[in-house]
Order: sequence, then C-alpha cells, then structure tokens
Amino acid sequence: MTPVEETLKRIQSHKGVIGTMVVNAEGIPIRTTLDNSTTVQYAGLLHHLTMKAKSTVRDIDPQNDLTFLRIRSKKHEIMVAPDKEYLLIVIQNPCE
Amino acid sequence: MEIVYVYVKKRSEFGKQCNFSDRQAELNIDIMPNPELAEQFVERNPVDTGIQCSISMSEHEANSERFEMETRGVNHVEGGWPKDVNPLELEQTIRFRKKVEKDENYVNAIMQLGSIMEHCIKQNNAIDIYEEYFNDEEAVEVTEEDPSAKTINVFRDPQEIKRAATHLSWHPDGNRKLAVAYSCLDFQRAPVGMSSDSYIWDLENPNKPELALKPSSPLVTLEFNPKDSHVLLGGCYNGQIACWDTRKGSLVAELSTIESSHRDPVYGTIWLQSKTGTECFSASTDGQVMWWDIRKMSEPTEVVILDITKKEQLENALGAISLEFESTLPTKFMVGTEQGIVISCNRKAKTSAEKIVCTFPGHHGPIYALQRNPFYPKNFLTVGDWTARIWSEDSRESSIMWTKYHMAYLTDAAWSPVRPAVFFTTRMDGTLDIWDFMFEQCDPTLSLKVCDEALFCLRVQDNGCLIACGSQLGTTTLLEVSPGLSTLQRNEKNVASSMFERETRREKILEARHREMRLKEKGKAEGRDEEQTDEELAVDLEALVSKAEEEFFDIIFAELKKKEADAIKLTPVPQQPSPEEDQVVEEGEEAAGEEGDEEVEEDLA
Repeated sequence: MTPVEETLKRIQSHKGVIGTMVVNAEGIPIRTTLDNSTTVQYAGLLHHLTMKAKSTVRDIDPQNDLTFLRIRSKKHEIMVAPDKEYLLIVIQNPCE
Repeated sequence: MEIVYVYVKKRSEFGKQCNFSDRQAELNIDIMPNPELAEQFVERNPVDTGIQCSISMSEHEANSERFEMETRGVNHVEGGWPKDVNPLELEQTIRFRKKVEKDENYVNAIMQLGSIMEHCIKQNNAIDIYEEYFNDEEAVEVTEEDPSAKTINVFRDPQEIKRAATHLSWHPDGNRKLAVAYSCLDFQRAPVGMSSDSYIWDLENPNKPELALKPSSPLVTLEFNPKDSHVLLGGCYNGQIACWDTRKGSLVAELSTIESSHRDPVYGTIWLQSKTGTECFSASTDGQVMWWDIRKMSEPTEVVILDITKKEQLENALGAISLEFESTLPTKFMVGTEQGIVISCNRKAKTSAEKIVCTFPGHHGPIYALQRNPFYPKNFLTVGDWTARIWSEDSRESSIMWTKYHMAYLTDAAWSPVRPAVFFTTRMDGTLDIWDFMFEQCDPTLSLKVCDEALFCLRVQDNGCLIACGSQLGTTTLLEVSPGLSTLQRNEKNVASSMFERETRREKILEARHREMRLKEKGKAEGRDEEQTDEELAVDLEALVSKAEEEFFDIIFAELKKKEADAIKLTPVPQQPSPEEDQVVEEGEEAAGEEGDEEVEEDLA
C-alpha cells in the first residue's frame, strides 16, 4: 500500500477518530471516510475558516504562519492541518 | 440679530465655469462686546474644569424604522470542481481524485501533515485538556441578583385601526407560538371598518403573524386546546363560540348558532379535560355559563344560570367576567362576576340550584382575573377594582391576603407556574407588577412600565420565564424574567403553604369573632323588638340604591359648597381640589355599599 494510504489508515484507526478527509485548495474532497454530504459541508466551511485563521495570524505578524487549527466543540474536536495546496481534516472524539 | 450676506449672480452666468481669484479679507460685521451683558455674570476665580487629552466625541442614538425581514433558503450546487469535471458524474470525479492522488506534491503534503496530525491526536488521547475538574460540586445558587425582567419582543397589530389585545394563549407544545385575540371592548364604540381578525404569532417572527383567524365578530377570548394544538376556541363579541382548526385554514371550522349562544360578549372560554378533548365551557356577562361539545355546536350541552339566590332567574343573574377551571379538580369551577363576587360551583350537582356551592364577596368591581394557585389549588388569586386578593376556599367571608389599593385599575393577574409565591399583575397605566410573597408582601418585588397605554391581559409561559402581555393598542410585549424569579427557591413550597395556612387561620378566627358579635347584637335586638329585625334583614335593592345615591350626592354638594366658601375666603391662593375630591369619592363609596357601587361608578366615569 502506498505510504499515503498507510498514513491515512493509521490516523483513522486511532482511538476516538470519527472521520478523516483530505481537501484540496478549491475545497474539493480528495479522500474521505465520511459520507459525501457531510464531507462537502466540512470541506467548504473549514476551508474558509482556515483561510481566515491563516490571514489573521499573518496580519498580526507577517513572518508567522498557521500550522494547525483545532476547534473544540461540545461533541468533538475538529483538527485541521493546512498546507499550501491541501488540507487534512480529522474529527476526533477525545477521551470519553 | 440676523446677519445676512447676499451672494449675487447674474442669470446669464449660471452654469459658467468658476473663475476663482484671491482677494483681501473683508470685514463684514464686527460685533462689539456688550459690557451690559457682562453684568449678568459673576466672575469666578479659580475655575475648576476637567480636561482630557483626547478627541472630544459625541454619542448619538437613533432608532431606525422597522425593517421587514424574511428568511429564505438557498439551494447550492457543488462547486469548486474544475471546468472539465462534472460534479454529478461519478466517474469523472473519481478519475479526478485518482489523478490528484498520484501527484507528488500530494504525497509529500500528506506525509508531513499526517505526522503533525498524529501528534495532536495522540495528545488528545493522552490528556483531555478541557475536562471539568469540579463536576461533583453543585453550582452555587446565585440568588443575590436583583430581580429583573427585560422585553424580548414586541408584536404589533398589523391593522391600521388599532384594537385592544384582550386575550392571550400560549401554544401547548413547546410554547413557540402565541394566539392573541383582538377586539374593542368599549361598548358600541368599535370604530367603523375595524377588522375582526385575530392572529397566531410565531415568536421568531414579530413582523408578520403566522396565521390570521377570521371570525364573523371580533374575538374577546382565544384558547388553544391543550390536547390538540391545532384546535383553537374563541369567544366572540356577539356571544357566539367559534372553533378553528389551524390545519384547515383561517376560516371558522365550527360556530355556535346565534339563538343558543350568549347574549353578551363571551368573556371566558376554557377547554375541559375529557377523553375526547372536544369539550369546553364558556361564560358571559349575560349571567350564563354554557357547556359545549365542539363537534355539535348548534346548542350547548348544559346551561347554568348564575343566580346566587338560587331561583334561576336570568334577571337576577350576575354577569360573569372570568372563568376558572383546574384540571386537577375536574368537578369544580369558579366564576368571577361583574358585581365583585366569586362564585364557586360544582358541575356534578344533581339539580341546577345545587350547582352553585358558595360565593366569595369582597371586590368592589368586576373580577377581571381568577386563577387557582398551581401548587395549592385551595388558594386562588382574584383581581378586581384596585387590588389583587388571595383567597382560601375555606374562608368564605373575606380574602386571606390582599395588596394595597393601587392608583390604577388592575386588569389581569396570573400565578407563576414554577414558584408558588410569585404572581404577576397588569394595570391600566401600562405597568406590569411582579409580586413575590416570600420576599415582600406590601409592595411588588418588581414594577415595570411596559407601555404607555393600558395593559389588558397577561399570560405566563409554562416554564415561568416568559410573560406575554397585551395592551390597549394591540401591542403584545414578550418579557423575560430573571432566573431568580423563575426557579423554585429552597423551601419555597413549605414557606408558601405555611403562609397561606397561617392567613387562613387568621381569617377564620376573625370570622368567628364577627359571628359572635353579630349573634350578640341580634340577641340584644331581639330582646327589644323582634319584628323590626326581620324587616331590616330583608334586602330591598331599590331602596338601598336610592338611599345610597341621595347620601352620595348630599356629601358631594356639601363638599362643593364648602370648597366654594373656602375659595371665596382665600381667593389669591390657588386651590387644590384633588385631595378633597378623592376624599369625597371614598366617603361616597363607603356610604353607598356594594350594590349601589355600579351605578355610582358609572356616573363618575
């Protein structure tokens, strides 16, 4: 199996992980473990949010950059790892 | 003094381009200081002024016009795909994805992001950084906050000709909707062209009512059916009872026939607890209480005439203004009358005369609201004239607790459904009072001016937090009460019940004493002359009324003459007639007695 697939599989198999997805710069989901409508929703919304967070960090300090975004909500935690062209999104239900 | 400078331009030069030129400054006006004005001022030395080293700014508030908003949904199509890929075609999307996965950038990116992500995931699994540490401890009760209430929303009558909101009813499921009945209660003064519609409002949308109910005559009361939330019952101004089904639309689903309905506006309608959920009863000022089944509205199933002399004469009947029914006591119901008497009745009595169980006199005017305490059904609250009174069923001669006389007439009252010692009252001057008998009994805990016009009705939502009140111009205001007033306090039930019991006992003792005194007097009088006492006891309404009127007018004329005499004596000093007039009114009322009051009050008005 390609190393990419192995990595994604390993991430998905961690305790509490509900879903994993890879989204490209246009918001198109490349790889996902959730159903299509949820994926599309997450992709679109998180893309905007990540862009906003990134621009916020860079506005405050132009030499800084966003490396990771974590959104903790009542039900679970959404983690976004941004890259130049892609976004790796993982939804995890921590501890409990 | 107006300073005017006139600019002159030839008509033929209009529209020409401007030729600007410089010139020396010209002195147009020189206003010299006027030393006489300085005499009006006193020099002050030293002067204490505050200075700030910042820009001086001003704050201004403006309220914009009501903005009508509408909520609509938009349907999106999946986007972001490059032009050559059709998002609906599964093959094309799969192909595109596979292509991306082969890209080297993709592989590197995923490897790198994957490791960062794994780190965070493991972190999450190791420690929950947001865990609640002190879950076991109870939250500290914050009862120190002041009671407060704030307006959340206002629903205005969309009609041009404003009518009063006479009755409110909350939707039984979820309380997201409010039904408001609009009508003009001034006798025969309803303006021409007034609409007879009543509305159901959705709390989220104060701009436009959700549904309009169109009866043939304006509705005085309106109630949701607690069992079936689509069905509504309304009492009309012309005495008919109407029934709606919101699924069927805004026209009346069932209407009672004019001949068998009431002959006066229907002031109280309540749904009954029955297996079919279709039974209701209504009361009106024509002195009748009628039971209906909405499946057959052509005639009432039962009629009771409110004649307290038990002779069932319609002429003697008292007009009913409010109706009370508690589903935990299904055989009993209570009626509040125009004459200030509360009549407690038993529905299951065999003969019609037995239906009327007992009466509770005590108010000087019509009883506009009547409600049992939801926690202690033996105690009930009435509102009429200028006071609110709490009664106990055991004490029939007088109320056990009452508020002081207010400046404005009280129009409606309701108990709080969550706290047994809290109730709300509305007044004709637009004030909403919240009374907390655990806290203070002399004054309302909170008094809010909701609007400038009179408030006619009040309804508390089942959770005790939201209150809706309707005003004379048809504006329904939704208020939220502070949590302190809508959560059950520790020990409140015990304190409230012991308070009611204590007051009931006190009234009983007073009653017993009064009875003793009366018996003693009767005994003395009987010893003297037995015949006289019998005649005196016979109630002759006409004689009493005329006597009361005479006395009243005598007092008024005497006071007026005294006032004139005083005025002649002290001509330059301005008079203050108001306290004297009030005194006159009070004295007159005391002399008139209960029966004469109605006519006397109308004369005053």
